[in-house]
Amino acid sequence: MSEFGADVIRGIPWPSNGLTEIPFRLYTDPEQYLLEQERIFKGPTWSFLCLAAEIAKPGDYVATTIGETAVIVTRDNQGRINAFPNRCAHRGNLLCLERQGNVKEIKCIYHGWTYDLTGRLTGVAFERGVKRQGGMPTEFRKDEHDLAPLRVAELAGLVFGSFRKDAPDLESYLGPQVVGGIHRVLNRPARILGRSTQVLPNNWKLYAENTKDTYHASILHSFLTTFRINRLSMPGGIHIDDSGGHHFSQAKLDYAAEDGDYKREGLRSDTDLRLEDPSVIESVDEYGDSVSVQILTIFPNMILQQIRNTIAVRAIRPRGIDKTELDWVHLGFEDDDDVMTERRLRQGNLVGAAGYIAMEDGCVGGFVQRALRFNDEDSGVVMMGGYDAQSQPFRSSEAAIRGFWKKYRALIGD
Amino acid sequence: MNDLAVRLGVHELIAAYVDCIDEDRLEEWPDFFVEQCRYLITSRSSHEAGLPHGVVYAASRGMLVDRVTALRRANVFEPHRYRHIVGPIRVEAIDATVAQAHSNFIAVRIMHDGEMSLFAAGRYLDRVDLTSKPYRFIERLVVLDSQKIDTLLVIPL
Repeated sequence: MSEFGADVIRGIPWPSNGLTEIPFRLYTDPEQYLLEQERIFKGPTWSFLCLAAEIAKPGDYVATTIGETAVIVTRDNQGRINAFPNRCAHRGNLLCLERQGNVKEIKCIYHGWTYDLTGRLTGVAFERGVKRQGGMPTEFRKDEHDLAPLRVAELAGLVFGSFRKDAPDLESYLGPQVVGGIHRVLNRPARILGRSTQVLPNNWKLYAENTKDTYHASILHSFLTTFRINRLSMPGGIHIDDSGGHHFSQAKLDYAAEDGDYKREGLRSDTDLRLEDPSVIESVDEYGDSVSVQILTIFPNMILQQIRNTIAVRAIRPRGIDKTELDWVHLGFEDDDDVMTERRLRQGNLVGAAGYIAMEDGCVGGFVQRALRFNDEDSGVVMMGGYDAQSQPFRSSEAAIRGFWKKYRALIGD
Repeated sequence: MNDLAVRLGVHELIAAYVDCIDEDRLEEWPDFFVEQCRYLITSRSSHEAGLPHGVVYAASRGMLVDRVTALRRANVFEPHRYRHIVGPIRVEAIDATVAQAHSNFIAVRIMHDGEMSLFAAGRYLDRVDLTSKPYRFIERLVVLDSQKIDTLLVIPL
């Protein structure tokens, strides 16, 4: 942390020590946004960086961000994953300009300083000068100017990074239940089916909360009810880790009953809507546990989604107080046959920027952001399902949102 | 049939298609496709990498009909329209039954309050069925130049 400044700056005051009243200024205050960059994204947390499959070969790299801080993730010649700031130690120039690539070394375009794939400074152009004139003083030592490594950890093919040595190891950070929820979905080698980026006109936290909000799903996203897609009783629940920051919610479905039911039942009346082509929802119980929806979040920036047979990783990338980029990576598995791939692609219509049961999440945060303009002195309320952030065997609850704020407050230190 | 007549027919199909969308006659939109069609909105980077997932994917006319029904009856969003501007259309290959065509487009998004922005730019890569009149798309790939989509995509491109 900075010597003076951020240490003494306090965040937006909260009306109480509880988790049910959320000050609206958290979404609008520029100083709060700066605090989050320092205390959350550069704090003792683990941020999702990329998929291990994106950096499969030595020399592969991905340029991404933690919060707004540019970082590079590489696979080195020993097969290890490294991460370091995307910033030359010399004059601070951006080292990797493209999102993804394969290189033997990382060379700064500005003055030709070169680094190996672990971030070690290996070359300084004209270090000995030109014709014995100029050059670096003899006191200059390259090994004092390596790129500061981030901590990296890999879990089920997901690569995470942390700026802080005092962050707990990744599995302790997540807790055993959430780790189990990740392994449940990513239980075999994944294959990337596609990617896209959705630009959200709102603060990053509004989207983070949305993914933890099991209350809104059947209200805002009316696709399933409009087309009378029978969700039967859909038992499920919410699992929240001890810190509150990570969670997963699950809902179950009687897959076999739904399949027969939707095909058998015709229209009940002229006004009754049915899908002309139900292949967009035709799904199989690929995990054998009847769980048709599992939404899992990792504080601060990742969502792992299984909705029927659509698997996706979403990464939240803040881009200013009221702008967020949401990176979607759509996944299948290496052992998928053509039928399974086609099934995933058709169900892909359910999610993403044009998703039948997701597109509303792209605009609703922007509506909140607009409503808060110069009208943010008071607080919102999240009391569905109680006051605390405990796991619950039902989903009409805002417990996971309260968990987000529990973790957030612990890090901001208000 | 001579090539010129085919070219004119393909031009008419592409022009009528964007007119249908921009004038909000979306119920007619599925009729621009054959029954066993393929419609995919993807990005240049995904297309070039051979990645099959698209933000919108339809493998039948029924899936296109469902898109329109969902837009009209289920999905929630701020009212808006597009204005498509299609550049020169190049009909690149013609055989007895199928023509292939490429064209560039931009789509301006006009929100209900009049706010306008450039929503999408890209290429249409089409395969057109010539066996019936009017012509219909067998396949229409919408390859967006950017993989970024602002807010949401609900009206087809």
